[in-house]
Amino acid sequence: MASTAAPTVTMPAEWRDFFALTKPRVMSLVVFTGLAGLLAAPGSIHPVIGFTAVLCIAMGAGGAAALNQWWEADIDAGMKRTSKRPLPQGKLRREDARDFGLFLSGISVMVMGVAVHWLAALILAGSIVYYAVIYTIWLKPRTPQNIVIGGGAGAFPPLIGWVAVTGEITLMPVLLFAIIFIWTPPHFWALALFVKTDYAKVGIPMMPVVAGERSTRRQILAYSLALLAISLAPWLVGGTGAIYGISALVLSAIFLALAIPVSFRSSTGEDGMKPEKRLFAWSVIYLFALFTALVADRIVLA
Amino acid sequence: MTPEEEAEFKRRRKARNWALGLALLAFVALFYAITIVRMGD
Repeated sequence: MASTAAPTVTMPAEWRDFFALTKPRVMSLVVFTGLAGLLAAPGSIHPVIGFTAVLCIAMGAGGAAALNQWWEADIDAGMKRTSKRPLPQGKLRREDARDFGLFLSGISVMVMGVAVHWLAALILAGSIVYYAVIYTIWLKPRTPQNIVIGGGAGAFPPLIGWVAVTGEITLMPVLLFAIIFIWTPPHFWALALFVKTDYAKVGIPMMPVVAGERSTRRQILAYSLALLAISLAPWLVGGTGAIYGISALVLSAIFLALAIPVSFRSSTGEDGMKPEKRLFAWSVIYLFALFTALVADRIVLA
Repeated sequence: MTPEEEAEFKRRRKARNWALGLALLAFVALFYAITIVRMGD
């Protein structure tokens, strides 16, 4: 390798590397919850404008993800889970990732404002700044509450989708925001319990590392209980019908049932972390199912 | 730059230009559709 490595030819990055910067898998969840918020909102939106709104939410999330990876390239390089991302692999230049992120973010907000609604655009801009600056740059490396705070970023899409239709912030979209906000910590801490060694290595104060496993497990239980309550709230305040209400009750009860074994056990290190992995897997299904029920409820009632 | 590197360089640049071109075309089409819809409001 020595002979070829010396002059380091700077190859132009592949377009796939830019696409990977947008965290396509996270984006699929963002697109889904954003679309669900849009479809569950009262009133109607022209399909073209609705598509544009979801596209803008996706581009904003992608831009924020690119900015996140621009800032965290060194951290990502030190963790097994993230070391294959384009920047740690040296597949493109950091400046290009930053510019790509800024460009996507800017375009998404402008198009949302011009084509859809300026309040939706304002919230979208706020969510990007929240994720890329407040979370990634400021609080993630400083507090073990980072995941709680980061959950706020992921909670914006259904709110933005809803506001794109109605043009105003009401109780229902705020409840949808709250559901994802409360869902995120147990979702992510379940993951953090089985990958925690990596975070310790790169100095990110993840809850299991800072407060210990037992505390993290108890907090997972507390959030799962809170999730049961908050997921029922849209039904209790009369914002949805029984289709959503009963679905939320069943889905959240299973979530809680899976969280209980996670909360009361202590891992011995070599036990495969099965309950944690099961809770994590369910948490992803949970979010998809809950928002599907929300939309189904609205379509049936309408 | 060796001939192989040059070929790879050109392949990547071409692929990127295609991706960018298609994205721009998609936006042209989207803006056209948005304009038509908004004019009907």
